[in-house]
Formats: sequence, C-alpha cells, structure tokens
Amino acid sequence: MHDIHSLTRRGFLKAGSLAGGGLLLSFYLPLPAKGRGLKTPSPTLFTPNAFISISPDNSIKILCNHSEMGQGAYTALTQIVADEMDADWSMISVEPAPANAALYACPAFGMQLTGGSASTNSEYDRLRRVGASARSMLITAAAREWQIDAALLHTENGSVFGPAGKKATYGELVEKSAGILPPKPEGLKLKDPKDFKFIGKSLNRIEVQSKINGSAIFGLDVMIPGMLVAVIERPPVFGSKVKSFNPAKTKSVPGVKHVVQIERGIAVVATGYWAAKKGREVLEIDWDLGPLLNSETLRTDYLELAGTPGKIAAKEGDVTNTSGAATTIEAIYELPFLNHAQMEPLNCTADVKPDSCDIYIGTQGQTIDQMTAAKILGMNPDKVKIHTQLLGGAFGRRAIFDGHITAEAVQTSKAIGEPVKVMWSREDDLKGGYYRPVSLHKLTASIDKNNNPYSWHHRIVCQSFIIGTALESMVVKDGVDTIAVEGASELPYAFPNVQVEWHRGMNLVPTLWMRSVGHSYNAYVKECFIDELATAAGKDPYQFRRGLMDNHTRLRNVLDVAASISGWGKALPAGRARGIAVHESFKSFIAQVAEVSVSNDGKLTVHKVWVAIDCGPVINPGNVRAQMEGSVIFGLTSALYGNISFKEGKVEQSNYYDYKMLRINEAPEVEVKIIDSTASMGGVGEPGVPCVAPTVANAVFVLTKKRLRQLPFPANVRS
Amino acid sequence: MITLNINGSNREVDAPEDMPLLWALRENLGLSGTKYGCGVAQCGACTVHINGEAVRSCVTTLSRAAGQKIVTIEGLDDDISRRIQDAWVAADVPQCGYCQSGQIMSAHVLLRENPNPTDKDIDDGMAGNICRCGTYQRIRKAIHMAAKK
Repeated sequence: MHDIHSLTRRGFLKAGSLAGGGLLLSFYLPLPAKGRGLKTPSPTLFTPNAFISISPDNSIKILCNHSEMGQGAYTALTQIVADEMDADWSMISVEPAPANAALYACPAFGMQLTGGSASTNSEYDRLRRVGASARSMLITAAAREWQIDAALLHTENGSVFGPAGKKATYGELVEKSAGILPPKPEGLKLKDPKDFKFIGKSLNRIEVQSKINGSAIFGLDVMIPGMLVAVIERPPVFGSKVKSFNPAKTKSVPGVKHVVQIERGIAVVATGYWAAKKGREVLEIDWDLGPLLNSETLRTDYLELAGTPGKIAAKEGDVTNTSGAATTIEAIYELPFLNHAQMEPLNCTADVKPDSCDIYIGTQGQTIDQMTAAKILGMNPDKVKIHTQLLGGAFGRRAIFDGHITAEAVQTSKAIGEPVKVMWSREDDLKGGYYRPVSLHKLTASIDKNNNPYSWHHRIVCQSFIIGTALESMVVKDGVDTIAVEGASELPYAFPNVQVEWHRGMNLVPTLWMRSVGHSYNAYVKECFIDELATAAGKDPYQFRRGLMDNHTRLRNVLDVAASISGWGKALPAGRARGIAVHESFKSFIAQVAEVSVSNDGKLTVHKVWVAIDCGPVINPGNVRAQMEGSVIFGLTSALYGNISFKEGKVEQSNYYDYKMLRINEAPEVEVKIIDSTASMGGVGEPGVPCVAPTVANAVFVLTKKRLRQLPFPANVRS
Repeated sequence: MITLNINGSNREVDAPEDMPLLWALRENLGLSGTKYGCGVAQCGACTVHINGEAVRSCVTTLSRAAGQKIVTIEGLDDDISRRIQDAWVAADVPQCGYCQSGQIMSAHVLLRENPNPTDKDIDDGMAGNICRCGTYQRIRKAIHMAAKK
C-alpha cells in the first residue's frame, strides 16, 4: 500500500495516492502531447489521483484511460467522475491518459484497452470512487483551512461550502490541499443515485466543439518537428514475403528520402504523403507469394467441414434423438469477411530516439502498442510514450494483438533515424486484412406435433483470431473459441434438445473483432432461423419467440417493448412489412423491429427501425441513442453491401466505390426506447448491431417469401 | 511556388501542380480540419469550398485550385456557418467526428442554395458525404434546425 508523498511544485509532479480502492499506485503527470498545441501545465496543481488534476483557475483536467473513437467514452466517464466530485461541468476538459497499465488498465481486461463495449460498465465503480475521493480531500483541505469539522461542510458545483456563508472554490483549495491524504477506501462515501447531477443526463459530447470547427486532432493530423511521411508497400497476398526490391525509380521521385525494408514490407519515406505515394507507385518488388486463396474454394471447404461434427460449444438434451420431431427444417447461412472501414485510415507516428520513443496514435490498445515498441527497440516499456490521439472511428480495427500499426512506424523511424508518420491509404486499409471472419453455418431445427420447439442444432465454421494470442487461455474453453461462438452458444429460446458446435476454419487471412464480433454473424443466423421455425410452426414471429423466453425476462421485456412501440401486429400501408429480432450481447438486451418495402424489381428500402434497449443504469441517454442510431446504420451497411472477397489470393475490393457504405439517402429513421432499469450495467457501443440485419431480413421475407441466407443481401432481394 | 487563396489570404505552396489540394492544405499549410478519407472523391471528408462550390479537395489539383477562392472548415465565419455549427452542437451530431468537417462544408452549400430544404433535399445534397458512425439522422435534424433559425 502506498501512502501520501509530498507534492512538489515542479513541472513533474509525483504524488503517490490511494484512490479507487487502492488501484492507484503512483502518479506521473505527463507532459502535454506534441502536436496538440497544449499549454505547459501550471506548476501548481492538485492531483488527488491519476485521473484528476485541478488548477488554481478552477479548471479541472480529467485524464481518461479509455480512447475516444466516437462511442462517447470521454463524456460518459467524465460524467461519472464529475458527478461524484461535484465539479463544475463547464470547467472540465479531458485529455487522454498516458500509457501506464499499472495506473490505467481497464478493469475488464487487465491492460489499457478500449473495447468490448466495456468502458463505462467496467469503470463505473472505480471512477465514482476516484471522484468521491477527490471531493473528500477538497473538503478536508477546506476544513483544515477554516478549522471547522469536515462534517459541517458540503460541496456543490466546484466549491466547498461551510457555515456562515463560507465558500472556497476547488481552485482556491489547490494550494491548501498539499499533503492531504486520500480517504481510506472503506470510509469513502458515494452519492445516493437520486442525487446524481450529471449521471443519467444527456450532456453533449465534451469534445463536440472541436469536432465542428476542424480543430479536433486525430492521429492522421499529428505533425511533429522534422517529421517525414511514409507509405508501406505490403504483401499483395497475405503471407507473402519480399524476395527482392529495386528502389532506384522510387528514389528518383522528388521528395522521396528513403526506401527501407521493414518486417511487413517496404517503406517509402518522403517529405509528404503525395511524394511517398508517387514513389511507391514506381517501386519494383519481387514477392515470394504464399498460398493463393479464393473465396469459392474457401466456401467449398467450409461446406465440407459443416457436414461433419465439430467441437461442442453447448449441449442440452440430445439432438440426435429425432423421435419427437414432427417437422424439421434445415438451412445453410453464409456471412462474408468484413472490413471495419473506419473513416480515418490507419496511421501511426513514431519518433525513435537513442534511449526513448514517442508514439502518436489513435489506438484502442495503449499497452499493446507500448509493449510492441519496447520489444522492437529493446527498451523498457516506460521509455515508450504513447500519445493517444482521437480515433476517427475504430470498431475494433485499432485493438490489435500484434501491434502491427505501431510496429511499422517504429521500425521505419528506427531505420531512418528520423520521426515518421506511416499513413495507410484507403486501399491499404481496405486490403490490409484483420477482417471480421467469414463464417458458414449449418442449422437443423424441429418442432413437435403440437408445433412446440423440439430441437436446435447449430454448427458454425469460422476461423479464430484468438488462438495463438495472449487471450487464448481466457477465451478458449474445451477447444472452443468462445468469441467465435458468442451469441450462438447461449440460445435464449427454450428447446429440450440443443447442440451448438464449432469448426475452426483455416487461418489464411488475418482476422479480428469488428463491432459486435461473434454476435455480428451468430445473431443473424439465430434470429433468422428462429423466424424460419416460427413460420414452420405457423406462428407469429414475435409471439413464437416470446413464448420461449420465460428464463430470459430482461430480453423478453425488450422484445415486448420493441413490439409495442413499433405497433407490431397493426395494419401497415400496402407493400410494407415488419420484421423482428432480439439479442443479448455485451451485457445489454436489445430488440428491434424494422419496417421495409421492396420494389417490384427487388430493391429494398428500410423505412424505420425501432430499438428497445435495456443496458441497466444509463450514464448518458443521448449517447445511448446515438450509439443505437449509429449501430443501425452500421448493421444495415453490412447487410446491404459488406463483402470482402478473394481471387487468386488478392482482395477484390479497393475503396468505397466497391466496398460501399450506407449513405444518408438510404438511412432509415431510428426510434430508440431506453428501458428504465436498475439492473446490472451493460455496454452500448456494440449491442445495437447484431439485430439489425436479421430484423430487416425477416421483414423482407414477409414481402417476398424468400429467406436471405447469405450476406450481403443481393441487390435484388426478390431474386 | 503556387499561390493559393485560402480563407481570405494568399499562401505560397512549394508543391507539384498535379498534387491534390488536400495535401497542400494538410501538410504544407497545417490546415488539418480537412480530412483524408478515400482519395477518390467517394467519401466527402475532404470537402472544401472553391468559389462557393463544394469540391472534393482530394481530387482537385493545385493547378486547378490556384487563384481560386478556397474556404476550409477553419475559414467558415458567416451566418450560415454559425447556424450550422450551433445546430450541430445542439443536436450533438458528431460521434468520432472525422467526417464532420466535410459534412458541414456540404451542408453549408446546401443551405445557401436552399434555405429550407426538405428531408429529400437534404438526402440529395448530403449523399456525397459518408459517415461510418451513422450520424445521418442527426445531420438531417441539425440541417433543419439551422434552416429554421
């Protein structure tokens, strides 16, 4: 246990402190990130713990240990801290915390990582204590100053108040707070939720101003003195290696400074992006190509695997006993590789010096980036500073196990001895792998003679991006990658006989999690096939599901709410139909209803999507709505357009013209109902995605009588 | 040297004539509010105004931009801009925010040409700008709010 150490009034403050239940061991106040135009910190600050820094001018800086990628972490996490410390919201700013796993590891992952829709629900308890601890210390400072019993003081809107009109702002207490000990964790008093002032309010995104006037700095915007720009020529086929290369033509392009080989390819380094790109266009490389993947071959292999028993992921009763089955249905579902296609292409700026390294990156995984750079450079991790930038979207693509984005920049900077920004073009990003895995599903289900569910058998074939990584021991159980089968292995519908199996597909393509991960394909299959079974049973798809969910009351409730707000069962204009789906993921419960129409030539229009969500207590309802609205667009984009395919080893898609995104003219209205709930807190970044595609597909079926068992949907959904 | 008139002042840029304006703005002049998203005029993140028209700076060469009146997100300062930016805040439009400079530059031209757009007008005017976070519903709302003021 660490107690207090003296606060020094120098630019570097080290204050050992104890907050957040003893999670904080020491505090190193970081220098401002280069390239962000930040002021030098005031020499006199009160830093009650690693998350909060208070200035005499009453401004409060929150160091946020989760990255902001659009999901609203900066705002929601700050709301938690600010509420418990009774801060003045208008005086708060947020900065990214430095990389320091000892201080800032996400409680859900044990490392600094933003993902799994876990930022808010995993940090809620700790950050409440962080805020409450600071508040308690400020009260102690005022009590000492005024020589009054602390019990007589209270706080409000950034000030401590005492009897007889006594008042001190938090800024005025900065100097007086020197030497104050944090309260013991067991003595820390948290607010009664009824007294929350910021938690539960739809406060605007805290960095919103910077995002409407062009001043927000993303990784790609970083400029540091002497910085060069590099593009990398990476293998044209996954697994291939450079045999030889001829840099002569490239070096003759004006602006090109260096051509160097790094682990993953050849880096063309120039004074700017255009010169680097021009230089790369004339680079001559002889590649040693690996196996040449074709999507058609892959499909054939997966189909064959699906015909054989896989590893058991879930089992109840006996699906081989068909004695009670009156009607049996079977289907094959197929979902493609997907690219995250976040708007800001991948990038990383590295400045390797003899005994230290600075890295500027919009990353979801600071700890991994720091360890990656430290390993390449043979330095202690604490010599590697990660300056986290805003992320122009991420969706999982910026949370990688192998740190390849950072590694490329570090290796290039090391090779040339200068700071360098490695930029990925859109094409580099799209063809660069780390896709949502392709999957193929074989399903068999039956109902008994009374049309009640009898058996459910789901066999999944997909590759694993977990096996072989540090997460394997946590995620792989009895040989099954639980992320690969998530959303399928916990069937919420009561069947007497259930079996879910998994086959590991071949790993020729680097794959990764993408927003809602295994749920993104398993929920599609589950929710479409249960709809098929409802049809086979001659029952309404809402009522059929509802009748099987007695043991899943939170999930059943959102299903009821979605049906209710969408007017399920009521008449619709001619040519329109509704579909429904329900799914639990990332500890949240969501049901959706879509209203669609299909033209005579098969063109699908999604008019409106209703979303009912129970994510437990809500920090920022406005942001929950924003995440649901965005998730509908994300899910619909995948359903209508998302497809990465291979021919002779090469990715067939290049840019947004052949890897399309949903545009505003195709965007449905989205109505969101948030359930008032005091149950456990869930996530909101991802769980809105899984229901979208099945909801729409089930609605299309009503109009066309055709099941859409392959994603993306065909351009003509009647075909 | 190429002379560019940007946000009301002339700036000298030492760059090849065939280089897209986007890279001069971002790298030579430090105006990083204009974003790179696709490089092929598909996403609209790089939208700027040239003589009042919304233009994709990623495919606009310096030779074409030279001598024209260029306005970037950093240079917006008229009444329409303020109404749009206020509405963008009120509707809390941005998520990751990366595309929003381009969205706002396109919305500006839309509202100047059509002060009271319908949903259909908005869809038509804004379809060149991709938002991967899916803020479209709020963009529609914000444009209506900006129009009403």
